[in-house]
Formats: sequence, structure tokens, C-alpha cells
Amino acid sequence: MDTDVIPLGHYLLVGCALFICGGMCMAVKRNAIGALMGVELILNGANVNLIAASRYTALGIDGQVFALFVIVLAAAEAAIALAIALNFYNNLNTVDVDAANLLSG
Amino acid sequence: MGSLQIEAILFYILASIAVGGALAVVLSQHVVRMAAGLVVCLGAVAGLFMLLHADFLGAAQLMIYVGGTIVILIFGVMLTSGALVGRVNASPGEMLGALGLGGLFFALMVFTVGAVDWEAVAARQPISPRDADLALDRLQTSETSNDNQAQAKADRAQTLAERSAGRSTRPLGISLLGMRHETDKLAGGKVTAGTGYLLPFEIISMHLLVVLIGAAYLARAKQKVKPNEQLTMTGGYSHGH
Repeated sequence: MDTDVIPLGHYLLVGCALFICGGMCMAVKRNAIGALMGVELILNGANVNLIAASRYTALGIDGQVFALFVIVLAAAEAAIALAIALNFYNNLNTVDVDAANLLSG
Repeated sequence: MGSLQIEAILFYILASIAVGGALAVVLSQHVVRMAAGLVVCLGAVAGLFMLLHADFLGAAQLMIYVGGTIVILIFGVMLTSGALVGRVNASPGEMLGALGLGGLFFALMVFTVGAVDWEAVAARQPISPRDADLALDRLQTSETSNDNQAQAKADRAQTLAERSAGRSTRPLGISLLGMRHETDKLAGGKVTAGTGYLLPFEIISMHLLVVLIGAAYLARAKQKVKPNEQLTMTGGYSHGH
């Protein structure tokens, strides 16, 4: 193959980097909205993998259909998680995820 | 400079912007800066989608993520900005631990991805949209090629490439309507009509509707009036008349 052609592995590595940044964001951030941004990064890393596979393998349009479903689910997840974060803030007056210990017995 | 070189350069620019934005989300301590890094990252990922000939997905990424989800997140930041918090940022020790674990996990993934010969995997499969486009390009640039195998591959690629050359909206819409065109792998890549994604589409639209109603119900402004105060207030009001 030509050296100029980008291999599939490079797209997968971009997806890996986004996934790991998202995972670290969820682990490290104490702000609930920061953790939510980590979830968005993880879903985007998965989307990069899906669309790269739809272009580089015989998967074809199916990968794009599932990436579309992932985008819709991410939007729904952001809306419901924001509503939960707002309720959390109204009740406890903070968005620190470590303050959510009311059920910890 | 050929189009493949331009594609490679664009890929490396967009990939570094996307990874840089993601790192900015992880490393910055202010939540508005995190949102800005997320906008940069998602925009660059939309560019990567365009580079992968998924034009509808790139536009949807820009409109839904950068235009919608980020606005919701920034509203969340604004509505919770008056939080009485002692320590919202992670300590340096926690950050170092997370960076070490993340680096180890990334190294594991790099080795895993690098251990697979993706060209060999693709060669065992039916022809991919990208290989079809490449074969078509090669056929158009060198008309005098006598290679029969390349000719046959390009002929098989013709129908697929014409569908996949940056025009993904029509196949996406058809597949969501339940009439997906699929290549019959046993009959040499013949295009037939297969079952599509009508039922998942309906399920996900109902899911989105229910989730949005639930979110509006959860996030509605509650009156902060205790039941006893409300009773005495209305009682006093009626007593006055």
C-alpha cells in the first residue's frame, strides 16, 4: 500500500485516546457536570471507531446507522443527567459527586 | 501533492486537535474551560467523520453535539454555578494516579491495535467502501492498465463506490425506513434489498421522547413552600374575607 494512505489502526488509536480521556475525566472530576463531559468523550471515541469501521471494512452503512443511534442516546443521556444534576444541586446545594452519600447506610 | 497526501495531512491535524481538546477537558480545572475543550474536540471529531466520507454523521455531530448537547451542558454549568463547595478540584495525587492508570490502559490499547495486521484482515473480507474508492481512483488515473484482477475488482467496486462517495444521506434514510440496500457477499457483491433499521429507529425515537419528558419533569422548578405554611397562608387569606 502507499505510505500516504492512513491505516485503520490510526483511527482506532484516536478512538482509544478519546475513550481513555473520557474515562479519566469520569474518574478524576468531582464536579458532576465534569463527569458528564467524560461520558460524552467516551461515546465519541466509540463513534470514531464505528465510522472508521464503516469506511474501512465491509460493514458499510450499518456503522453509520449505529453511530447515529449513539448520538441520539448521548443527547438523551445528557438531558436526563443534567436534570438529575439540577435536582442534586437544589437539594444539597453542591455539585460535588462525593456529597451524594445519602444512601450509603 | 495528491489527494491522498492531503487526506493524510488533514487526518493528522484533525486527530491532534481532537486528542488535544480531550486532554484539555481532562486537565483543566475550570468547568467552563472544560466545556470549551469539549467543543474543540467534538468539532474536530466531526471533521474526522467528514474525512471518513460520513457527511451526514459529520453534520449531525456538529448540530446535535456542538449545537445541542454543549448548550445543555453550559446551561447546567450556569444553573449550578453558585454551589457552596470547599474543594471541587482533584488533588495532585489523584490526578497523578489517574494519569498513570490511563497511560497504562492506553499503552495496552496501543499494543492491542498494533498487534493486528488490519490490511490482512480487510483483504479477507468483501470489498470495503474505501478500497472501492481507491480502486476506482486507480482505474481512472491509469486507463491503460491491463491487470485483469484490478479490472475485475474495479468493476465490482463500481456500484459500491458510486453509492459511497461522500453521499451517505440517501442510504442512511433508506436503511432507517426499513429497506436497506446490502451487498450479497455470496453472489459476488450483488446489491439486494435487505431488512433495515425501522424498528430500532422507532424504539429510539420513543426513547428520546420519554427521556425528554422525564427530564422536563425532573428539572422543573419546584415551589419551596412547606405544606403547613401553605395551609396557614390560604387559611389567613380566606379568613380575611
